[in-house]
Amino acid sequence: MVDIHDADHADPSRRDFLYIATGAVGAVGAALVAWPLIDQMNPDAAALALATVEVDISSIAVGQSVVVKWRGKPVVVRQRTPEEIEGVKKVALGDLIDPIARNDNLPADAPATDENRSAMSASGAAKGKEAWFVMVQICTHLGCVPLGQQGDFDGWFCPCHGSQYDAAGRVRHGPAPENMVIPVYSFETDTKIKIG
Amino acid sequence: MDSHSTYEPKNGAARWLESRLPVLGLVHSSFIAFPTPRNLNYWWNFGAILTFMLAVQIITGIVLAMHYTPNAALALDSTESIMRDVNYGWLLRYLHANGASLFFFAVYIHIFRGMFYGSYKAPREVLWIIGVLIFLVMMATAFMGYVLPWGQMSFWAATVITNLFSAIPIVGTTVTTWLWGGFSVDNATLNRFFSLHYLLPFVIAGLVMLHIWALHVPGNGNPTGVNVKSKDDTVPFHPYYTIKDVFGLSVFLILFAWIVFYIPNFLGHPDNYVAADPLKTPAHIVPEWYFLPFYAILRSIPNKLLGVIALFGSIAILLFLPWLDTSRIRSAVYRPIYRQFFWIFVIVTIGLGYLGSQPPEGIYVIIGRILTVYYFLHFLVILPVIGIVEKPKPLPASISEAVLAKNGHAPAVAGAK
Repeated sequence: MVDIHDADHADPSRRDFLYIATGAVGAVGAALVAWPLIDQMNPDAAALALATVEVDISSIAVGQSVVVKWRGKPVVVRQRTPEEIEGVKKVALGDLIDPIARNDNLPADAPATDENRSAMSASGAAKGKEAWFVMVQICTHLGCVPLGQQGDFDGWFCPCHGSQYDAAGRVRHGPAPENMVIPVYSFETDTKIKIG
Repeated sequence: MDSHSTYEPKNGAARWLESRLPVLGLVHSSFIAFPTPRNLNYWWNFGAILTFMLAVQIITGIVLAMHYTPNAALALDSTESIMRDVNYGWLLRYLHANGASLFFFAVYIHIFRGMFYGSYKAPREVLWIIGVLIFLVMMATAFMGYVLPWGQMSFWAATVITNLFSAIPIVGTTVTTWLWGGFSVDNATLNRFFSLHYLLPFVIAGLVMLHIWALHVPGNGNPTGVNVKSKDDTVPFHPYYTIKDVFGLSVFLILFAWIVFYIPNFLGHPDNYVAADPLKTPAHIVPEWYFLPFYAILRSIPNKLLGVIALFGSIAILLFLPWLDTSRIRSAVYRPIYRQFFWIFVIVTIGLGYLGSQPPEGIYVIIGRILTVYYFLHFLVILPVIGIVEKPKPLPASISEAVLAKNGHAPAVAGAK
C-alpha cells in the first residue's frame, strides 16, 4: 500500500485523520463562540424576573373585566355572566376547532371543557369559582389583542384577521389555530389572585 | 465584451495609483467605457434610480440615528422631537420615511421590467437571484425601520410579523421569544431592530455591488432580448446612459419631492402618531402599501401555518423564475401569449395589494383566494406551459437592425453610418 514515490502521502489514513480532527475542533470552537452570540437575544434576567402579578378581584362585578399586564402581555380577569357560562357549557367538544384546554395549570392534553378553562382549574379555587375567568388575551393567530364580548360566539373577536372566540376563550372561527392560553394562576384568598 | 476604449491615466498621480491599485480603471471600464446596448428604454433607468435611493436612505438614516433614541419609553418622543426641534429634522424624516416607499415603488418597476424583458434568463440567473435577495433584505429593513417610531402601527406590525414565526411547528414559540428577547414585543425587541435596521442597508449595498458585478459579466439585457453581436449594437455608458439616467432620475425626484413636500403623510397611517400600547390593538391594522399583496396572500389562507408558507413562498418562488419560464425567447415583445399573461399578472398583483388594504370579510376573502391561486398558477403552470406552446415572433438579426428598422432605415444601412 505504501507509495514509495510520495513520502508525504506515505500513510493517507493518518493524514486524513489529522485533517478531519483539525476541522472538527474548528467546527466545535466556532459553535461554542456562536452560542453566546445567539443566546444573548433570549429574554434576559430582568425579563425573566417579571414573573408574577397580583390582582384584587373584589371590585369586579358580574359581567365586568379587568385587563392587567403580565410579562408585557394583556391578561383578562373576568367575572362571566350566567348566560355566558350556560352558553359555553352547552358546546360539545367535537364542535371545537381546538379540543385541547391550553391551560398551563393542567396537563398538556387536558380537554377544552369549560371546567378546564374557567377558574375551577386554578389552584386554591373554592367551589363556585366557575364564573371567574383568567386568560392571556392574545389571539393565537398573529398576536393581536381581540376585543371582548364581541363576535358571533359571545366571546372575543380579533380585528386583525377575523378570528372569533367563545366566552371560554376557545377559538370558534379561524384563522387562529388554538384556544387562547390560560396562564398559571392561583387564588391567594377569595378576592385575590396571583398570575404567574 | 469589446470595450470602446481602454483606460490610460493622463496624469502622473493617477498612473502612480493605477499601477498600485487599479481602481480608476475599474470605475472607467464599469461606468464610463462600459459597452451598453444602444436601445435601452426608460424602464432601464430604475437600476440607477434604486442605487440613488439606497444612498438617500443611508445618508438620511445615519443623520436620523444621531437624534433618535431606541428605547421603548423614549422612541416616540425622540421621533417627535426630530419632527419639531431638530434643525430640518422634519425634512430628514419625511425624506427617509417616504424614501422607503419610493424605493419600493422603483424596485417593483425594476422587477416587472425584468419579468417583461426576461432579464432573469441565461446567462443572468445569478444576477436575478441576487436581486431577489436584495428585495428580501429590503423588506426586512423596511419592516424594522417602520417599528422604530414605536407608535401603535409600529408595535402591532412588529407583533404580527414576528408572530409569523410562531407558525413553525414545535420550535415556533421558542423562536418568537428569541426574536423578542422577552415574552412580548418590548424594549429588547426595539433595541435589536434598531441595531439590525442600521446594519442591513450596508448588507444591501454589498449585495448591490454583487448585483452590478453579475450584471457586468454578460452586460445589460435590452428590449429586444437579442445578444450584443458587434460594436454597432452598443454605445459607451458615459455619456449616453449617464445623461439618460440623470434625466430619468430627475423626473423621479419630482415625484419624490412632491410627496415629501406636499403629501408627506399620505402613505403613512395616523395611528402611528399614537404611542404603542401593548394592551390595545388598533381596530384596523394594515402594513405599509408595499407589503399589501403579500399580506393579502397571508390572509387568504384560513390555516395559520399554510398562510405563512404561502406568504414566504410567494417571494421565494421568484428565485426559481429562471427555470420556471421554459421559453428561450427573452423579450415579451416577441412573445405574443406571454405578453398578455404578463399584464394579467401585473393586474393580479395590484389587485392583491388592494385586497390587502381591505378588511378580511365577505367578498374580499373570496376574491383574495382566487387571486392568490392565480399568483402561484402564473409561476407554476402558466409560465412553463406558455414556453412550450407559444410560437414567438421572428427576432431581429441584431440590436442595431431593430433600432434602425424602427427609425425607418433599411437594415443594410446599419454598417455604413
